[in-house]
Amino acid sequence: MKERKDDFQTRRKPLEKMNDEALKAYFFKLSQDIVEPLVDMGRQYTSKSIERSVLLRMGFSSLECKDIVDTLYEHHLLSKGAGHCVYRLAKDKNISIREAGLGVSNTQNISYLRKVFDVHEES
Amino acid sequence: MYMKNLDPNQKLDINNILKDLEHYHPKRHGWTWREQGPQKMGPFDFTQSSTPLKRSIPLQSARFLGGIDPQPDAVVTAEIASGRFEDDIRRMRMAAYHGADHIMVIRTAGQSHFDGLLEGTPQGIGGIPITRKQIRAQRKALDLIEEEVGRPINYHSYVSGIAGPEIAVLFAEEGVNGAHQDPQYNVLYRNINMIRSFVDAAESKKILAYDGIAQIDGAHNANATARDAWKVMPEILVQHALNSVFSELVGIKPENICLSSVPPAAPPSPDLRLNLPYAVALREFFDKYKIRAQMNTKYMDSSTREATVTHVLNLLISRLTSADIQSTITPDEGRNVPWHVYNIEALDTTKQAMMGMDDLLSMVNIKDEGYIVEKKREIQERAVLMLEEIIELGGYYEAVEAGMFVDSGEYPERNSDGIKRAIDGGIGAGSIIKRDKDYMAPVTAHFGYNNVAQYDSKAVDNPSDLIEGSTFEVPEKIQYIDELDETDNVYLRMEATKKYRDTKFAKPEVEWLGDGVVTVDLFFPLEERVATEAAIKTGEKMNLVDVEAIHKEQLHPSEGTRIQIKGRVDFDIDTSELTLPELLDTMSEDDVFDYIKHHPMKVVAGTGGNDEHSVGMREVLDIKHGGVEKYGIEYEYLGTSVPIEKFVDAAIEMNADAILMSTIISHDNTHYKNMRKLHEYAVERGVRDKLILIGGGTQVTPEIARKNKMDQGFGRGTTGLHIASFLIKQHKALMSDED
Repeated sequence: MKERKDDFQTRRKPLEKMNDEALKAYFFKLSQDIVEPLVDMGRQYTSKSIERSVLLRMGFSSLECKDIVDTLYEHHLLSKGAGHCVYRLAKDKNISIREAGLGVSNTQNISYLRKVFDVHEES
Repeated sequence: MYMKNLDPNQKLDINNILKDLEHYHPKRHGWTWREQGPQKMGPFDFTQSSTPLKRSIPLQSARFLGGIDPQPDAVVTAEIASGRFEDDIRRMRMAAYHGADHIMVIRTAGQSHFDGLLEGTPQGIGGIPITRKQIRAQRKALDLIEEEVGRPINYHSYVSGIAGPEIAVLFAEEGVNGAHQDPQYNVLYRNINMIRSFVDAAESKKILAYDGIAQIDGAHNANATARDAWKVMPEILVQHALNSVFSELVGIKPENICLSSVPPAAPPSPDLRLNLPYAVALREFFDKYKIRAQMNTKYMDSSTREATVTHVLNLLISRLTSADIQSTITPDEGRNVPWHVYNIEALDTTKQAMMGMDDLLSMVNIKDEGYIVEKKREIQERAVLMLEEIIELGGYYEAVEAGMFVDSGEYPERNSDGIKRAIDGGIGAGSIIKRDKDYMAPVTAHFGYNNVAQYDSKAVDNPSDLIEGSTFEVPEKIQYIDELDETDNVYLRMEATKKYRDTKFAKPEVEWLGDGVVTVDLFFPLEERVATEAAIKTGEKMNLVDVEAIHKEQLHPSEGTRIQIKGRVDFDIDTSELTLPELLDTMSEDDVFDYIKHHPMKVVAGTGGNDEHSVGMREVLDIKHGGVEKYGIEYEYLGTSVPIEKFVDAAIEMNADAILMSTIISHDNTHYKNMRKLHEYAVERGVRDKLILIGGGTQVTPEIARKNKMDQGFGRGTTGLHIASFLIKQHKALMSDED
């Protein structure tokens, strides 16, 4: 930020009339306005770490999570959800979740997922 | 899983903790507050207190006050992370005895930039690598320790860095009860991409919310980073608000959102004048959240005394306002990674000050006019103005990019030296991925868009139904990794220190078993530069290894300097070769009262020979000092320099049961002579069989006294209860002889 002298006395003029309660309510309204778009992005986006955290909850070790997520990322499948890919594979191939997860990097399985989810970007 | 209760007289067996860890699950999830309420302890009533512990170590002065150990209402934190988690477990047990019920574990340097979870038990630097095995071992130990002390212990670490959501899952699975989580910390101090940090934070917070884990924010770091800590006060209100409101929108309950607040200033600045209005401003705005009161670290140097005084002033602020969690900073943090004894000192300082200031606000008020009200309002208004400008700039990300945060000017003053981060810069930039319409995650506590309905509309509220439960519902699904590094793990460290683990060998220790570190406190009548080298040379001549000066304090530019050095000893102590002083038997106070009521006893007491000392004697006699009189034992005090014959003559005259003779050890063996003389004169008068003879004095030991014909001897640290217990024991024996 550009250098600026302390102009608090001028800037505070509009706040002067607010009592303590009103000032507090205004403080939290502004805060909410600032963070709402950030929370929204949290709803619409994911990350490798989020996807690994999903796989952890599905019963994979940290090392397994890393391999599965890296493979799915490479093949543009993370936007479907890593847990989703594993779940779908297990369901369609009638195998356990763990079997499906550990077999994700298998070429046939990747091709299958790309076909099912209609992914065309080059790997 | 069944675990044997800890025996206070047995060391905690670390090997036992490490056994069967792959099957261990925590017995409890989520945060626990203390059972608050008034307590009557001894003759005192406490107000801001909580249920006392089943086992604890009270303040030293409690020995004059019936051993009471009042506990404050706030949860009290100890930060314990020396780099070796196995040694930290022992320290956690000691800390619990001194009142800690929130154990916080600092992470090793660099963990926040590790893209994933660490596993195993490598040694840490300035903290410990947080891994599943390490958490499980410490949680298992704390599950035992909390039973031992009789109060739940909250375990805590950090959900920050580039692997936040995974760490949050790990914490929820393993029963971690509290966590730091604040995406602003990642952005400002760890240079992790801001968008990534906030997207990840939403998932992390959702997981904390699910498990009832208390969240502590990271706003106070601005104090430690800013050039002048007190000038960032308005910004800290802003940082608290952004994280708290974000957390609440994601689903954390307000009572689990804790604001980490540090009094930013410290003496020699006018501490309370700067810190108190700020503390009031903060608590007034954030009254629906909890306050985690942390102590000042910014202005700490190597003096443990100076740090302690600053921290007591911080505790005064806590008592003048409020603290739900009272954190402690060890007074040695300004000079090294905290040592055992300083964690305990910090806890005792906190307990002592908080209970000493119990109920302060029923006697004094903070004024509702004048300086404090004006200053408080000014800080709040400055914070509001800062929020307005963040919105004007286009939002949070744009404001960070503009360098608005941690500027050295007090907002709205700006000195153009704030921390600047690019929206598309930092670690993990460009790494977020937009969720597609058919995006799905079949697990519990997942935040945001999740198209579960495409598979089963009934599973929308419980997505993990699709996979018959996630690890949160079925912990047996958790995959446990033991060790990954064969060259750096707990087994190798334990092997290297095996010699000192429950064997007859011991070494002095500051943080790690067998570290051999000692400190020596020296004064030299020399100027600082010369004194420092002289101190180091002294350490070397004392055969210490790796000698370093850890504290220097000028008493006068030329007259003298105080230097503290540390160094290592390279010898072991064979404890089997030590001669230990005898243990004194003591009865319970109630039993003593009861016996004396039914068997009244009289004693004759005084200082023998040519000696004018009387203090120790008065302490074991007077009711005022908890002496034998307290229990109803009558005494006749003959004074000082009492001739030996007079003791026996007075005892015969009074029909006393015992003689208590105090004596000082002297170079010509007068003490031996006097004890023997007392015995011989009693024999001569034909009363030795009926009289109990006791010798006492600061250097007297039971062995010396008995060798010189006394029935018993008592030295330094003796109380009236010790003597009364012995008198009763002898009295019983004499009575049965007569029968």
